[in-house]
Order: sequence, then structure tokens, then C-alpha cells
Amino acid sequence: MEQVLNVVFSTAFLAAVLRVSTPLILPALGGLISELGGVINIALEGIMLIAACAGVLVSVWTRSAGLGLLAGLALGTLTSLVLAFFHLNLKADLILAAIALNLLASGGTIFVVYLVTGDKSSTSRLVSGQMPFLRDIIPTIADLPTIGPILNQNILTYAAFVLTAAVAFFLYRTRPGVHLRAVGENPEAARSVGIDVRRMQYLALILSGALAALGGVYLSMGYVKFFARDMTGGRGFIALAAIYLGARHPLGVLVAALVFGAAEALAIQLGNLRVPTQLVQIIPYAATIIALVLYAIAQRQRVAARQRKFRQAA
Amino acid sequence: MSTEPLIVAMRQIVKVYPNGLRANDHVTFEVRPREIHALVGENGAGKSTLMKILYGLEKPTAGAIYLRDQLVHIDSPHTAIALGIGMVHQNFMLVPSFTIAENVVLGAEPLRGGVLDRKAAIAITRELSRRYGLEVDPEATVDAVPVGVRQRVEILKALYRGAEILILDEPTAVLTPQETQELFAAIRQLVDNGKTVIFISHKLREVKEISDRVSVMRNARMVDTVETASVSEEQIARMMVGREVFLQVHKPPLQRGEPVLQVRDLEYVSDAGVEVLKRVSFNVYAGEILGIAGVEGNGQTELVEVIAGLRRAVSGCVLLGGVDITRASPRQVRRAGAAHIPEDRLTNGVALSATIAENLIVDRFEQPPFTRGLLMQPRHIAQHAERLIEQFAIRAPSAELQVGMLSGGNMQKVVLARELSARPKLLIAAQPTRGVDIGASEFIYDQLVRARNDGVAVLLVSADLSEVMALSDRIAVMKDGRLTAIFSNTPHLSEEEIGYYMLGVKHMSAEEIAANW
Repeated sequence: MEQVLNVVFSTAFLAAVLRVSTPLILPALGGLISELGGVINIALEGIMLIAACAGVLVSVWTRSAGLGLLAGLALGTLTSLVLAFFHLNLKADLILAAIALNLLASGGTIFVVYLVTGDKSSTSRLVSGQMPFLRDIIPTIADLPTIGPILNQNILTYAAFVLTAAVAFFLYRTRPGVHLRAVGENPEAARSVGIDVRRMQYLALILSGALAALGGVYLSMGYVKFFARDMTGGRGFIALAAIYLGARHPLGVLVAALVFGAAEALAIQLGNLRVPTQLVQIIPYAATIIALVLYAIAQRQRVAARQRKFRQAA
Repeated sequence: MSTEPLIVAMRQIVKVYPNGLRANDHVTFEVRPREIHALVGENGAGKSTLMKILYGLEKPTAGAIYLRDQLVHIDSPHTAIALGIGMVHQNFMLVPSFTIAENVVLGAEPLRGGVLDRKAAIAITRELSRRYGLEVDPEATVDAVPVGVRQRVEILKALYRGAEILILDEPTAVLTPQETQELFAAIRQLVDNGKTVIFISHKLREVKEISDRVSVMRNARMVDTVETASVSEEQIARMMVGREVFLQVHKPPLQRGEPVLQVRDLEYVSDAGVEVLKRVSFNVYAGEILGIAGVEGNGQTELVEVIAGLRRAVSGCVLLGGVDITRASPRQVRRAGAAHIPEDRLTNGVALSATIAENLIVDRFEQPPFTRGLLMQPRHIAQHAERLIEQFAIRAPSAELQVGMLSGGNMQKVVLARELSARPKLLIAAQPTRGVDIGASEFIYDQLVRARNDGVAVLLVSADLSEVMALSDRIAVMKDGRLTAIFSNTPHLSEEEIGYYMLGVKHMSAEEIAANW
């Protein structure tokens, strides 16, 4: 137990939380935008995989991490564009189309990896690019005592926090953001004031794809330096849970993603101790379920409290 | 008349839907500037389609639209708005979680340096609200304000977009008589401010009261446009239906029997934790129609569904013919002698993709003669259907037709046929004539009164106050989940008086109500 507490209260743990939360925050923000636009994007998982794979392969091919990032972003966004086209133009069921994309991404990415490398599990034999860490930009940062390791994060981790604020600003203070929310809540109302519902839903899905793609690129070009089969490991779905746990608000979503990230970081740190790995590996998923249950209970209690107040007033 | 050009002239409008339905057949509709022009017609007469074309929601198959003698092409609401046409829809087009100011400016938000200017939105709303006498709190969220206020928000929305021509689609359908009067005052103020109002309605009394001219549509055609002052309500009704109509209900004197339904201290809390029914008590006696009046959303729906076994009461009890059905399932409630015409016909009244014959036996399919052993008996089912189709004058080519293909009126007749053929002791009729044309309404009224005369206890719930007043022997009023009054329906009782109870301005004491159970 003492070992566990030592782990949790270490700076390494805090740094790890930020590191493992990043690929949850980014897709969760994307999912949030799609949810508020009324077109929840279940394909976050697949989009992340595709972006992760494309990023690695292009960075190998071009010897440029930046071009890898752009390729991952482009292909991930394109995937969400395909989803949007299926749903909004061809009227396919959004959930089914997204499931299809997830399955396609899982098999398709590893198929491409096999074609390129002859390896069916990962690209670890290739020398791929990595997005810079803060240390690569401000070399002295890692030498700072205590906060050095915490601050020395990948720039995509910094991007996740900046993007949280940006998404909040977009949704609540800009015209397209407000229109997007109006479309999600009452499409008829939006249409009646001349808002192009389909265009806003395209926007919602494209933005969600781009954010999920960033999360995917981070996984293969920041968190680690290779692409592996199904390396997203359900993060795209945990991100969906974070949307609701975060009460469908950017700040709440950030906090929820950090909570899930902390659970995962704990699992990783405990992996170093003598705890059965199977048990450790279920921590992030169990934490997700527990958090959602607690959320539901809290919600019910709020309702019950309101009810009591109502009765007293009556 | 004046030489001023017509503000709206729709000429020879034809609209044929892809499924072949002809909704507008060479319709010509002309509106003068600054008039209140009523557009009336039965459901399906084509008035909504015509207005959707004017507002750019539908594209006409043929025909032309002129605004002030200028030919225009209105291909979207965007264009309509730009041309000064605003529409207040029947089901409000508002975003519930947004504030009133946000809703008013939605789609054309004031910006400041590219960012939304909330203060300007609030100021704009306040100013419009003041100028046109449409009082609202710009910072309240829409889901927290009553229906009457939401409607004002809709009008403000149109005005903010510079509407000169306002189309109001059945605006009084959801209002109390007092709110209706407030709306009419606002409409007059709009006209005084130079606006033109097109008022869609089928409440002829209101048409008479508010409009300068009235256009009547029937079967996709324009019957006529006349000065309102030159015609009576009866004449308008005749133009709408194409024959004489008798919406006056003739009831023989009340022969009240034993209490069939007894509801005592009924309480219901919704899943969201809102207390929807608060100690509701009343009786319905054999041979009477008890009408429940009230603005929609004051607990009527829940009351009906608790009685019908579709929702579970928190406390209190419901007795049907002396049997406790408080916690009974819908089937048990039906076995105890209740029939239910649900308010949402399309969801709860019929199975749209099933045939008429199937819909007519869903409450008794497992009983003989429709089922023997494990097998259904198609011959009996078909005979049963044919008998009821004839008896209830359901207009359908075959009993094997999918119910979804029927008109609203005929669909409701299927429901009515099923429920009345179950020979109930209690008939619960919720919004029985909603979305039903005048002809079918007449028939439904007749059937309800006939059931009453045969000794059935009828519980009628309707948002249409004139319907409640025309049919009921007694009238109860619901407001915020409580019964605020029970009256005997005498000729002295006025809509205004009931309106005070609907608004909650007046309410009877528990003793007064108990005396009238």
C-alpha cells in the first residue's frame, strides 16, 4: 500500500497523468463537438488508429515528423468526412457507419503496415518521427527541479490544454459554435432561422475527426515512437464516456479525461510493482464504469433533492 | 380600395409531392398591406403547404409569388427572411437551453470583433420587446418560461429579422383564453406599427374576432377570400367543409348513474423528479362526460396515463367499478372495463405498419373468436374488421390496408372503433379530435355522446376549451398538477371564467372541489 501511495504522490506520476490523458482529452473534445452538434461520433477510436498509422508511415517516408502529423491529421479528418458523407448525404445510420469505420480502421491499418513492413504487429522496426517535447524547444526545462519532468511534455499535450480553451471559446463565443449547438439541440429551430443544418453537422464531424486524429498522432508519435496493432486500446470509447461524465462541457470533459488518465497512469505505475498485470490493466476501464455509475447516482440524488425541495414548497 | 400594391400575391400555386399528393391546386392568395388576414381550412386542406411555400420551406411545382408587385423566388427560409417574411411555427422553433436573447438573435447574432456580443443581443431583445409590447426577460432560458412567453419569443425573433409580413401558424392552439387576448392585443399593435399578419387558424370565433379578411381553403383549392365582417362563423365553416356542419352537440338530459371511476389523492412524480400530479381527486359517473380543461402540460397527459396503467402513481388510489387499479397493468385496467383513446395517436393509438384489421384486435387478439388454441382465426378477424369499418364509417379500400396510410380522421376512427367495441364502462378520450378534420370530429363527438347516453362514464381530456365545453356534463380544470375547480357545465359558465382557473388566478378550495366530486 505504501508503495502505491509513493507512486501516486510522485512527480513522475503527475507527469504520467498528463502524458496518458492527452490521447483521451483530444478525442473527448472532438466527441464533445460532435455530440453537441447532434451527430455523436462513435468512430473516434478508428479515426485515432488511422491517424496514428498514417503519421508514423509518412514520417518514416518523408523523414519529417511535421509531415507525419499533417498526414495523420488529414487522413483522420478525411475518415470523419467519409462518416459525415455516409450519414448526412447517404442517410446511413450514424452508429452503424461509425462501427464499420472502426472495424475497417482496425484491420486496414495493420494490413497497410504489413504491406509496407512485412510485420503484422507493429512498425517498431522502422525509424519514425516524433513530435517535439518542450525540452526540444527550451532545453533547460528538463533540468528544473521537481516541475521539470512535469513541464517536459510533448507539444501535443500542451496543445490538448490550449485546444480545450479554444473549443470552449468556439462553442460559446463564436457564431459557428453557437449555431452548431443550436443544430444539435433543435435542428428544426436552427433550420427555420436559415442555419444550414447539414453544413453545421459536417463541421461538427470534421472537427471531431481532426481532434481525434491529433490524439491518434500523439499516441504513435509522442507517447511512443511506433504504430502497433489496435494501439488505441479503447481510448476512443473512454473519450466518449468522458463527454457525459464531463456534463457535455469542455472544462468538465477535460477534468473527466484527466480522471480517466489518472486511472490509467496508476495502472502503468503499478505494473512496475508486483501486482498481477491483468488486474492492473482493467483499472482504466473499471474506473470508467465506476465514474459513470457515480455520475448517475449523483444525478439521481440531485433530482431527489429537487423533489424534496419541491414537496416542502408545496 | 387603395391603390397600394398587394404586399403578398401568390398566383396559381401548384404543389405536388413526390408521392403524388396534390397539396395545392392552382391556389391564388392575396394579402393587403397592414391587414390581419386569416387563412382557414381543415387539416390537409393545404394551408400549411401554402405558407411553407411562402416561407421557402417547400418549393412550388408551379406558380408565382409577388411581393409588392415584384416577382420573387423564395427558395429557402433565408430568402424569405431577407424579403421580410417571418413565420411563427405551431411547434415552436426555439433552442430550450439558450436564453431568450440568444434565441431571438440566433442565426443573425450581433458580433463584436468577430466574437458574439451578448450584451448587444440582450439590448436588442429588450428594445424590441418594449416597442411591440411583447414582454419577456431576455436573460431567462427558454425552457424555464411558459408557452405564452415562448410564443412572444418567436414573434420577436421574426421582428428582429426585419419581418414586415408575419405568418402565425395556429398561434392560439396552446394558449389560454386570456393569453389569446394578450396575443391579439400584440397582433393589433404589430399592425399599428405597419406590419402585416397572416393568421392561420381553424378556430372560427377567433378568426371572426381578429381578422380583417379571411381566405378559406378546401381540398388543396382556394374556395374564396372575403371581408370577415361580411360572413358569419357558420358561413365560413360551410366554405371549409363544403356542406352544412353541426358542431353544436345535442345531448339528452343527464342520466347520471353510479360512480364508475374514483380517483383519490393521486400523486405522480416524473422520472425527472418533478411532481406532476398533486393530490388529484374526482369521480366520473356512469352516463356523464367529465371534461378536463387546462393548458397542455399541466398534468393531464400523466393523469390519463396513470389511470390507463401506463405510468405508476406514487400514492393515492384509482378505483374502477370498485376494483383497485392503481398499480394494475394496462391489460388489467382494460379487463376492469376501461377503454383509452390516447392523445398521441401515432405512437400509442395505432401500430402504423399493421393493418386496420390487426389494429382493431390488438387489445383482444388472444381471446376467442380471434384465437383458438394457438392459432389466429383470420376469418373472424376479417369479419370483425369489416363490421367495424362499416359501423364507424372508416374510409378505407380494404381492412388489409396499413393504418399508416389512413388520414388522421380515419385513423382516429379505427382507434375509436376498437375502444368502443370493447364495450367499456369507462372511456378515456385524450385529445380525441386532434389533427382530425371537421367531418370526422363531428362523428367522434357523436360517438362520445352516444357512449355517454348508453351509460358509459366518459373522461374527456382536451386542450381545446370549446370542445370541452361543448361535450362535457361537468368540467374539471387542471393547473400545475392540481385540480383547481370542478363545475357543472351550465350555459352560464363562460370560457373566460374557466380561463381564470386555467391560469391559476382563481382556484376553488379543497372542500368546494370535494363537494363536486
